[in-house]
Formats: sequence, structure tokens, C-alpha cells
Amino acid sequence: MTPRGFRYLRRKAVNASLLTLSAASALFGIVFLVWILREVFLRGARALNWAFFTELPAPPGVAAGGMANAVVGTLLLTALAVALGVPTGILAGTYLAEYGRKNALARAVRFVSDVLASSPSIVVGVFVYALLVKPLGSFSGLSGSAALAILMIPVVTRTSEEMLRLVPDTLREAALALGAPQWKVIVAVCYRRVLGGLTTGVLLAVARVSGETAPLLFTALNNPYWNWNPLRPTGTLNVTLFNYAMSPYDDWRAKAWGAALLITLMVLVTTLLARLVVSRTEIGRS
Amino acid sequence: MTAPPSAALLRSALQSPPSAGEEGTSPSPKLRIEVRNLSFFYGAHRALSGVSLPVHDREVTAFIGPSGCGKSTLIRCFNRMFDLYRGQRAEGEILLDGRNILAPDVDVTALRARVGMVFQKPTPFPMSIFENVAFGIRLYEKLSRSLLRERVEAALQAAALWEEVKDKLSHSAMGLSGGQQQRLCIARAIAVNPEVLLMDEPASALDPIATAKIEELMEELKRRYTIVVVTHNMQQAARVSAYTAFLYLGTLVEFGPTEQLFTNPRDSRTRDYITGRFG
Repeated sequence: MTPRGFRYLRRKAVNASLLTLSAASALFGIVFLVWILREVFLRGARALNWAFFTELPAPPGVAAGGMANAVVGTLLLTALAVALGVPTGILAGTYLAEYGRKNALARAVRFVSDVLASSPSIVVGVFVYALLVKPLGSFSGLSGSAALAILMIPVVTRTSEEMLRLVPDTLREAALALGAPQWKVIVAVCYRRVLGGLTTGVLLAVARVSGETAPLLFTALNNPYWNWNPLRPTGTLNVTLFNYAMSPYDDWRAKAWGAALLITLMVLVTTLLARLVVSRTEIGRS
Repeated sequence: MTAPPSAALLRSALQSPPSAGEEGTSPSPKLRIEVRNLSFFYGAHRALSGVSLPVHDREVTAFIGPSGCGKSTLIRCFNRMFDLYRGQRAEGEILLDGRNILAPDVDVTALRARVGMVFQKPTPFPMSIFENVAFGIRLYEKLSRSLLRERVEAALQAAALWEEVKDKLSHSAMGLSGGQQQRLCIARAIAVNPEVLLMDEPASALDPIATAKIEELMEELKRRYTIVVVTHNMQQAARVSAYTAFLYLGTLVEFGPTEQLFTNPRDSRTRDYITGRFG
């Protein structure tokens, strides 16, 4: 066999083994994901019924009731978090991409934002506890939303910045050359150009915080009743899931699976929505 | 076609002393813009030094020269595009109707309303064809829906695009071909009724047919606008312009009537460039 032929065989062997290894690694991850999803779907589906969405929690040991308050609480808390976090994040991203670019403040904001993005969510929960819960004298939905918003801000900031950076400078120059003021260029031209990307960023940030439980334990706490006052403790799916799963009652544990399935579905829908938006806009096409 | 001015007139236009502060004293009614001793810096790097040249009213003036010679830098001074970037600055004077537009007290927005610009790559805004053209108009005027429609149509007509887009004004401008997008950008620039139109290699990203359309359009537009065009393409400069400036390494080597510059250049570097010996 010629050396060349040997090298060729060796190359093929290395290629085949690397391919096998990487495929096996990918499968390994997917197996667990599918396993988790299967368990959640099988056990959760049994708990999801009409009462789950319409009734308040029943007393411990009573196999009845639902967690309507927690479903609504999660939606409200998330909505309020979006209202607090998204404008802040988008404006911060706008500063980084449009105004600051390379100045010292922008560099500092970028660094802090990255640190915040990777800081444990429980730390954010404790921080908001000291910042809002303690001074206000009560656990509250508002402080829960504030904690979630703080977790969203770095995600939205960075995606907004990245998206706006994709806007070519020539487009900005073209608008400015018409005599448009900078704010108008940003709002009417740049935002519109990256609308899909901004929406995706927001949806991914929502998906990111939908599963957060630790920060809510310190802030929104829980509430087995209806609550429409943002300054009172508010029940959420996540915290209810946490409490129920740790309880000794079979019915509560079954309902915890239901909550797990519902949260999973919410994240799934949000992520699919984000993908849909991407594929329907410029960024997806280019 | 206006006859080219005599060399003497040209020289006097180039050498007349600066008249800072004096408004409305353009030396010749035919001159629209006068560049006087203009230098330009990107930080510490000097990209233009001591450029002086006239731009004649309602004529096409072309800037030619090899890459990096400063022609795009020069045209971007005419609407103060460089203001956007820190570290970029111009020294000297550019008189537009006798007023120095480089003076710090000049309202850049008002200047850009008078001096429109078309860029090398088509830059349609991410909105409908109609909205693209209406964008600039809305910056300066509050018009009724029907008046706005008229203005948009007139601009698209003037840019020779109306026939191709009249049935799809509400479609996204991103769906147009490159040549159509570039004409849309021209329509957008002239919709605000500028006096001067700057074109920075407006056809270099287009195919020959689209290029021919742009050139025809320039022929048409110069009746109403003073046009300054940067081009890489010497045949284009020869075809469309009445005056040509040849820049090399940041200095103006030669300026004159296009025909004279191409047939009988005074400077050997100009001759070498237009005969293709470098560049």
C-alpha cells in the first residue's frame, strides 16, 4: 500500500470516528430532552383538566380544585415584567448600537450587562427582596415582576444591540442625508428594519424568565387565592409547582406535573413564535 | 449644453480670495459651489489637501481618480456627512451660493434638505415604495394625502420609475431590483426639492442596462439640479459630465471641461490615469 493510500484510509477512519462521536453526543443530549418531555407530557396531561384552569387550589389532601390563580398570576407577572424590562432593554441596546458604540459608558454597560446575564437568578431575587419587598413591607407581584424584568434586561439589551448593528451604516447615512434627525432615523428606519429581530429577542427573554422560580420565592411568594393587587403576594405556576412537588399529597404532586407541562408548553409556544417571526422577516431571509 | 467657460474665468474662480462671512457674493452666477483650499482629516490621516474647484449650476461635475484618491471624501463634505463620525474634520471652505457650509453655525439639517445624496449601494428603507419617497417630504412639509401622492408621483416620474411601480406603491421597496432601488433612492432624494444632487458612484453596483438608465436620468436631471458625481468609470464621466476633476493621493491634479480633460489633459498624471496606465 502506498503511503498516500494509507493516509487516505487514516483520514477516512478519523472522519468516521469523529462523526460517530459527535452524533452520539448529540443523541445523548436529545435522549434526555425527549425523556424529560415524555415524562412531563404523560404525567402532566392527566392533571390538566377544566378545573385546573378555572378553580382555586383545594385544601391539602382534597383531590379537587385547580390553580387558575397561578395561571393568571404567571401571565400577569410576565406581562408586567415585559412592560418594565423590554423598553429598558431596547433603549439600552439602542444606546449601545446607535449612540455609544465604542465610548467608555457603552463598554461599561456592555460588561455589566454580560455579568448580569450570567448572574444566578436567586441573587437577583434576594436583591429585589432587599430593594422592594423589605421597604414595601410585603411580598408582592410587583417585586416579582421587577425581578423577572432585571433578568430580561440583559437579554433584550444584547439582542437589540446585535440586531441594530446588523443595520448597515449606509442606510443610516441615507436617512440622515435627507436631513432626518437621528431619533427619527433610529425609530423609523433602524427599528423597522430589525423589527423581527427585536421581537425575537423579546420572546426569547420571555421564554428565559418563564421558568424562573428562585427569584419569585423571594418576591412574589405565593398566594392560593385570587389576587389582583400588584402589591400583594401573587401565586405563580412556578412557585406553586415548587410547593406542590415538595408536598406529601399525591393530588398536589399530580397537579405539579400539570403545572410543569403548562410551563413547558408556554416556553415551547413562545420559542416557536420567535422562530416564526424570524423566518417571516428580513433577518431570516438574508 | 452650456459652453465651457474660458480657462481665465476658471482660474479666477479658483484663485479668487476667500470671502468668509460675506453672504451672497458668488463671483459668477454660473457657479453654485466653490471649494476653497479644502483639507480633510480622518483623525491624524490627511485624506485631502488644499482642494479648490468650482461646481457649475445645473451641470454635471464628475470626480474621478483611483481608489483612495479622496473623491468620495470630497463629495461627502458637500452635505457634511462626515459630521456623523468622530475624528473626521474638514478645513477650508465650501461655499454654497456664497455661504460657507463648513462653518460651525450652519444648520446641517437645512443643508441636507438643499443638498441631496445618492449612495453607491441602493439604500431603500424597509418600508413601502410610497413610504420611501414620502419619508423625506414628511420631514419638511405637512401635506394632505392627495398632495403627498402627487409629490411622490412627480418624484417617481422624475426618476423614471413611475411606470414600473405605479401599480405596487404599497409593496415593500426591498422587492425591487437593484437598478429600480437606485432610481427609488434618486426619487427619494429629489422629492424634497434639493438644489444640488450628490451621487457617490451611483451605478457601480448596477448592471450595464441599469447603469445606462441612471446615466440617461442624470442627463434629464441636470436641467433642474446641480449634480456632482463620483465615478470609477471614466467612460461614464466622459458621457455624463460637463466638468471633470481628477484627484490623486488627496490632491486635485486637474480640473476642467470634461472634453478638454479627456482629450488634452495638461498634467501627465491625468493622462496616465485616463489612458489606463494606473488606477
